[in-house]
Amino acid sequence: MTWKDPLGRIARGRRRRAAPAVSDGGELTCQELVELVTDYLEGALSADDRHRFEAHLDGCGGCRAYLDQMRETILAAGGAAGADLDPAMRQRLMDSFRDWRSSRDV
Amino acid sequence: MMPVDRGSSPEPARPAEGGRTDDARLIEALRRGDEAAYRTLIDLYTATLLRLASMYVSDQELAADVVQEAWIGVLQGIDRFEERSSLKTWICRILVNKAKTAAQHEGRTITFSDLGDGELAPAVGPERFHDQGPNRGKWSIAPQAWDRPEERLLSKEAREVVERAIAALPANQRLTITMRDIEDLSSADTCSALGVSEGNQRLLLHRARSRVRAALEAYFSDVTDAP
Repeated sequence: MTWKDPLGRIARGRRRRAAPAVSDGGELTCQELVELVTDYLEGALSADDRHRFEAHLDGCGGCRAYLDQMRETILAAGGAAGADLDPAMRQRLMDSFRDWRSSRDV
Repeated sequence: MMPVDRGSSPEPARPAEGGRTDDARLIEALRRGDEAAYRTLIDLYTATLLRLASMYVSDQELAADVVQEAWIGVLQGIDRFEERSSLKTWICRILVNKAKTAAQHEGRTITFSDLGDGELAPAVGPERFHDQGPNRGKWSIAPQAWDRPEERLLSKEAREVVERAIAALPANQRLTITMRDIEDLSSADTCSALGVSEGNQRLLLHRARSRVRAALEAYFSDVTDAP
């Protein structure tokens, strides 16, 4: 696995639709930040919230570690994919295909 | 884009990201009744479809039936497919519809308005934060960077931790994280296939990822603490 987000699946704050802010516009706490991580990665935070999020990260090693862990979690989940198609299942699906093809040929 | 190596088990090459050109070629071939195109598609997507189907119905045999029905639906619908979404999304949507019908027959349903574990379940338990004083809301037990995650997350053990954590999620969270992070569908495609709003999808994904992260954190700290 290449570890630098090969699919570009971890959007870095692409802006799309603004989610409501969690608190009053002041500094975020760590406890608030962890609830915004997905919105941040999905680019769903408003410009203001995104700025507050990043400002908090600059001064907080715990939250930087947390964000890294969330990114690593996403990549780890990606590693769960992929299984070879069972030959019996393939045969069954190929039979469906041949039925379909012969039914449309008549 | 290079195919992504997802570990030791070999898997068929995936179509390039945003592979509309590949899609177009496959669709055109399938309409002609080309068997090789069909075989390519079933090799690419059957594992995905089985994974999704098994979240709706109670056993693997039923899931396999649903997947077969979905492929028949794909064949029967391919002439009418308007290519407004990717082929993969369209196939997943057909699967989801067949799976929902089968689940209804079994008296099972998955709802997406309900977030599965109560909307207030936090990403990280309150015991990890100061609950009063000037440090209120700051970490009291801050997360520690994981040691060599790029190697260790690929281990069989770590994968099992991830799979167990995902298996333990409420069904709607499990479906959402499966579509987004395991099967790598886009947010728009996931919403469209599941019939869920963007906002709810993000919430479900957030809960799901947070729980998987917590499971991995426990795994990493156990390994670190071991003598």
